[in-house]
Amino acid sequence: MDITFLLNGESLTITDADPTVTVLDWLREAGLVGTKEGCNEGDCGACTVMVTDADGIKPLNACILFLPQLHGKALRTVEGVAPTGGLHPFQQAMVDHHGSQCGFCTPGFVMSGAVALTQDAPDFNLAFAGNLCRCTGYAPILRAAEAARDADAPWLADLPPQVTAQAAIPETADALAEWYTANPDGTLVAGGTDVGLWVTKQLRDMEPVAFLHRCADLQYIREDESGIDIGAGTSIAQVLDALPQLAPVLTRYGSAQVRAAATLGGNIANGSPIGDGPPLFIALGATLHLRHGNNRRSLPLADFFIDYGKQDRTKGEFVEAISLPPIPADFKAYKLSKRLEQDISAVCGALNITRDAGRITDARIAFGGMAATPKRAPLTEAALTGQPWTRATIDTAMQAMAQDFTPMSDMRASASFRMKAAQNMLLRCYLETEGAPSIMEVQP
Amino acid sequence: MSVGKPLPHDAAHLHVTGTARYIDDMPLPADTLHAAFGLSKVAAGCITAMDLEKVRAAPGVVMVLVAADLPFANDVSPSAHDEPLLATDTVHYMGQPLFLVLATSHLAARKAARLGHVSVEETKPILTIDDALAADARFENGPVIWARGDVEAALSAAPNLIEGSMEIGGQEHFYLEGQAALALPQENGDMDVMSSTQHPTEIQHKVAEGLGLPQHGVRVETRRMGGAFGGKESQGNALAVACAVGAHLTGRPVKMRYDRDDDMIITGKRHDFRIAYRAGFDDSGMLTGVDFRQYARCGWAQDLSLPVADRAMLHADNAYFLPHVRIESHRLRTNTQSATAFRGFGGPQGMVGIERVMDQIAHKLGLDGAEVRRRNYYDAPQPTGAGTGHRYGRAHSPAQAQLRNLTPYGMKVQGFLLNDMTADLIARSDYIARRAAVDRFNAENEVLKKGLSLTPVKFGISFTLSHLNQAGALVHVYADGSVRMNHGGTEMGQGLFQKVAQVAASRFGIGVEAVRITATDTGKVPNTSATAASSGTDLNGMAVAAACDTIRERMSAHLAEAKGCAPEQVVFEGGNVRWPGGSIPFAEAAARAYAARISLSATGFYATPGLSWDRQKGHGTPFFYFAHGVAVTEAVIDTLTGENRLLRTDILHDAGASLNPAIDIGQIEGGYVQGAGWLTCEELVWDNRGALRTHAPSTYKIPAVSDPPPVFNVALWPGANRADTIYRSKAVGEPPFMLGISAFLALSDAVAACGAGYPALDAPATPERILAAVERVRDGV
Repeated sequence: MDITFLLNGESLTITDADPTVTVLDWLREAGLVGTKEGCNEGDCGACTVMVTDADGIKPLNACILFLPQLHGKALRTVEGVAPTGGLHPFQQAMVDHHGSQCGFCTPGFVMSGAVALTQDAPDFNLAFAGNLCRCTGYAPILRAAEAARDADAPWLADLPPQVTAQAAIPETADALAEWYTANPDGTLVAGGTDVGLWVTKQLRDMEPVAFLHRCADLQYIREDESGIDIGAGTSIAQVLDALPQLAPVLTRYGSAQVRAAATLGGNIANGSPIGDGPPLFIALGATLHLRHGNNRRSLPLADFFIDYGKQDRTKGEFVEAISLPPIPADFKAYKLSKRLEQDISAVCGALNITRDAGRITDARIAFGGMAATPKRAPLTEAALTGQPWTRATIDTAMQAMAQDFTPMSDMRASASFRMKAAQNMLLRCYLETEGAPSIMEVQP
Repeated sequence: MSVGKPLPHDAAHLHVTGTARYIDDMPLPADTLHAAFGLSKVAAGCITAMDLEKVRAAPGVVMVLVAADLPFANDVSPSAHDEPLLATDTVHYMGQPLFLVLATSHLAARKAARLGHVSVEETKPILTIDDALAADARFENGPVIWARGDVEAALSAAPNLIEGSMEIGGQEHFYLEGQAALALPQENGDMDVMSSTQHPTEIQHKVAEGLGLPQHGVRVETRRMGGAFGGKESQGNALAVACAVGAHLTGRPVKMRYDRDDDMIITGKRHDFRIAYRAGFDDSGMLTGVDFRQYARCGWAQDLSLPVADRAMLHADNAYFLPHVRIESHRLRTNTQSATAFRGFGGPQGMVGIERVMDQIAHKLGLDGAEVRRRNYYDAPQPTGAGTGHRYGRAHSPAQAQLRNLTPYGMKVQGFLLNDMTADLIARSDYIARRAAVDRFNAENEVLKKGLSLTPVKFGISFTLSHLNQAGALVHVYADGSVRMNHGGTEMGQGLFQKVAQVAASRFGIGVEAVRITATDTGKVPNTSATAASSGTDLNGMAVAAACDTIRERMSAHLAEAKGCAPEQVVFEGGNVRWPGGSIPFAEAAARAYAARISLSATGFYATPGLSWDRQKGHGTPFFYFAHGVAVTEAVIDTLTGENRLLRTDILHDAGASLNPAIDIGQIEGGYVQGAGWLTCEELVWDNRGALRTHAPSTYKIPAVSDPPPVFNVALWPGANRADTIYRSKAVGEPPFMLGISAFLALSDAVAACGAGYPALDAPATPERILAAVERVRDGV
C-alpha cells in the first residue's frame, strides 16, 4: 500500500510499504536514529513520537505503530521538534535542569513533554507515565517540565495531508465491513498496542491487515440522558476525556502513549482477561454491537467473553460500538497493580451498586484478573441486593465473592492475594461512602 | 576554576536532540551482518542433538555457528573460564546461548534463531536457594566465614535476643539501551570492536582470546552507554565475542544487539539473597553480638559472584560497631542467569541485613529506630591536626583505645560523619515532629497507615581486588590551546566525562568548553579496570590530573626560563598563563610551547595508595575511605490491598568536596529511586521450570514517574574528603543506591502500625507482601 504523511513538516509518500513494518524500524532505517528502541513493546517510551491528526497532537510509541497507521497524519520525531539549529524550550530546560544522564530515554521524554506542553494545564506525571528513566529518578525531568510550562512552540502545528482511501485503509465502517467480509482471516489494526507485539515479539507474519484509524464513523462518543454510545474506534484517551467518572482506572490504563493509540473496540475484541475496559463496562451494563458485512447484532458485553481466548465473534465480524446507560454518581472502580502507572492489573474491580434509602436495590459487580475472562460476580451481587448498606452486609458479600471466582497465580499476583484484594475492594467501596480517604489523597 | 561548578553533562545537548550516538545508531558498512543467539528452552540437561537446518535455510541467513565452529577460545567469563559463548554439551539455564545466527538483518537473525530444534535430555534444575543448599551446589568449597570475638557467648549473655530470616529479591538492571556490540574487521586480521561496555579492556581480552590474537590485535572503543549500573561490566562479553568471531569468519562487519526480552532472559541480574540473623542487645538497643548467614543465589557461572558476596560481608556492619560478630556467606550455584554486578555489588544486600536487625531491635524495645541506630554508630574520630574545627557527635572524648571504630574486618573507621549528618538530617527533615504526626495519623486511620524511617549508609570505596585500583589517561594540548582528553573510564550516564573534563580544565586554568572528551579506547589507554565500584572519577580524575600536570610543568618550565622566574611562579588561571609581571592566553602559551618543541602530550597514571586486603582471612584495609549518606522516608500503605506510596524523602549525602554538585545530586536522586525500586515494585519471578516470567517491562516494573516521593529534598554534606582524592571529592555512584533502604523500612514501619507483631517484611515489598505482613502483624506474630 502507499502511505502518505508529513515527516517533520515535509510531505512524504512511501509506495509499496510493508504493512507491518513499525514506524520505529522505518525511521531508524531511514537514518533518523534519535528515536530509540528500549523495549519494542510500548512499555518504556524511548521511541515516543508526536503524531497530529484530526483529533489533535498526541504521543505514540513508534515501536508498536505500523507505518500505514501514519497514512493521513503528521509525524514529528526528536529531529523535528525544534526549529533547525535551535532547541524546543523543553529541550533547553532538560539541559538546564540536568534532566538527562545516560540520555537514551531522553528523546522519548522530550517528545512526551513537547506533546504535553501543547495542552492546557498539562499534568506531567500523567504525561510521563509511559516513559521510563533508569538514571535520574525523574525529579530533574519534572523540574525541567515545570520550568518549561509556559513554553510555546507554534512550529509544531502540523496540518495533516489529504489522502485518498485504500482498500486496506478504509474510510468508513461500511468499507471496513466489506474488506473484512472479503478477508475474514485478516487482522484488524486499530491502535496496534496489542497486535504490535505479535509482530515485534512473536515475529508473526500477519497479512492481510486492515488499518482502522481512518474510519471516522467509528470514532464518536454520544452522551444524553438515556445513556452513552461509543464507537469502537474511539481511543481510550477520548473515552477518558468524555467520561471523567472512569478516571480512577482509565488514567492508569497503559500510559499517555498507549491511551492515545488503544481503542475501546480493540480492548474488548482482543478478549484479554486483564484488560481494564471490560470490567468497567460490564459493571455499567454495556451492550456490545457487532457487525458482519451488513448484519448487525447486539449482546450484553458480559456474554461476549466465553472463555480464555474465546469470544462470541465469528470470522469477519467486528466490534462496531458499545452502548451503556448513564454512569451512576456512586460508581466505583479500582485498579490494583505492582506499580501505580503503566502496569497491567493484577485485579481490576468495578462496582456499580445502586442504593435507595440505605438499602441496596441493585448490584452489578465485575472483575478483571479474577478469571479466564472479565467476569461478573453473581453471588456477591445476590448477597448485596435487597440488603441494608452496612458493614455486616459487606462482610457477607465478601464471603460470597469467594464462591464467585477461582483466580490463578502468576507473576503478577497469587490467587489468594487476588481474592483478598477483590474482596477488600468491595469493603473499600463501602468505607469510601463512609468517608474514608483514598491513599492518593494522603499528604506527607 | 570549573571544578565544583554545577555544569550540565557534557552530552546533555546531544541527549536532548537525539544526536548522542549509541552503538545501534552508528552508520554501518553496507555489508554488515546482524547476529542473534538461539537460546535454550530448558534450564538444565545434556544436549543430545541440534537440528539447525531450518535456521540455515531461513531468509537472510549467512552463517550459523555452534560451539564446535568457534576457531579459538569458547569463553566469555570475566573470572573462572566457566562461561562458554555457546553451550558445549551441557545446558545450565533457560536462556543460555546455544548457537549463533548471522543474517542480513536484525529481524532476519531473530526470526531464524527461533527455528532451531535442540534436543536436550533434561535434568532436574537447581533453581532456588533451598534447592542449592540441598544439592550442596556452590562456588568455592564451603561457606566463607569471617568472625570477630565470641558471638555465641555474646548472644548467650545478651539481655535481649532477636532472630529471623529475610528474603531479598534480585534486580534487573533495565539499562534503557540494551546490550550491543559491533565488530569491524581490519587489515591483517585485527579487529575493532564498538561495545556498550563498562569494561573495554575485558572485551579486548575476551575478543583476543576468541580470535587467537595478541591483545594488540584488538581495539575496543566505547563512547557511551545508555545506562549500565553494573549490567555492562561483564555481560557485554558474549555479544562482542560473537560479533568478532562472526566478523573473523565472514570478513564482514557484524553487529549484535539484544531484543529487550532476550536481554532480560540471557543476562545476569543482582544476586538475590536470604539473610538469616541472630542478634543480642542490651535494653538501650546497643548490639552486643550479631550472627549473619548470607545465602547468595549466584546462578550458573561464577562471573563476579565471589567479590559480590565478599562485599555483602564487608557491608554487614553498615554504619554500626559490631562488638562480636560472625558472618557466614554461602555462594550458591543454580540453573538460572548468572547473577552479576549491580550498583552496590553485594553491599546493598549486606546492608539490608543489619538495617533489618536495627529495625527489629527498635520494634522489640519500643524505641525509635533512628535513636537505636545512632547508639550503635561507629564512634566519630577525634579531629586531628590544627584547624580541623569540626564538632563531632559525642560530648566526651574517649581515649582512642576505647573507640568503637574497628570494622569486623579490622579496618579502622576514620572520618566517620554519620553522627553529625544524622543529627543534621533529623533537624532538617523535622523527624521528631513528623514521627509524632505519623503516630497520630495512624491512631486516627483504620485503613491507611503511615510509616517513617531513617537509615544511614556507610559504603567502602575501592575495588576489593586491590590491583584493580589503577587508572591511566592520555591528554593532548593542541597548538591552539584546545585540549583532547582520554582516560580508561567509561561514560554510562553518571557524568564521569564531565567531571574529569572539569578536572582537566581546572589543571590548565581554562574553561571546560576548551576540553574535548573522547571515547574510551583501548588503543589510547591500555590495561584499564572496569568503570565500577564507584571509582571512575577517583581513579581517572587523578590519572588525568597527573597527565595535565606533566604538560603544565613542561609549559611552566619553558615560560619560567623565558621570563626569568621560577616555574612555581607560573600560574594557570582564568584562561591565562601568568608569571610575575606578565600574562598570555593559554592558547598562546600552548603555541609558544609547540614552537619551542615542547611535548604537549602526556600520559597520566594513578594507583590508590594504602590498600591491603586478605580476602581469605577477611582482614585488612580494603577501602581507601568511606562515603556516607542518610535518608528519611515517609510512606503510606493501604491495608486493604497493600498498595503504597512514598510521600516524602529527605536525604543528606556526603560527596566530599563535590566536583559537580548537579551531577552528584543527580546520582543521589537516581540512586535512591533505583534502590527503592529494588526493594518495592521490582520483582523477578521464575517459574518451577526455571523460566524467568518477568522478562519485559510489561511484567518487570521499575519505578515510573509517580513512584518517587512528591516531596524529595536532597542536600550535599559540606566537607572535604579526609583521604587525598581528586580535589577531595568522594565517589558517588553506588552509595546513594542504599538510601533506598529507608523507603523499604518506612513501608515496614507502616505495617508495624497495624498491630503488635513484627512485620518481618521480605523484599521486594509488593502490595501482595505488604498485605500478607499486615495480616501477620494483626495476628500478633
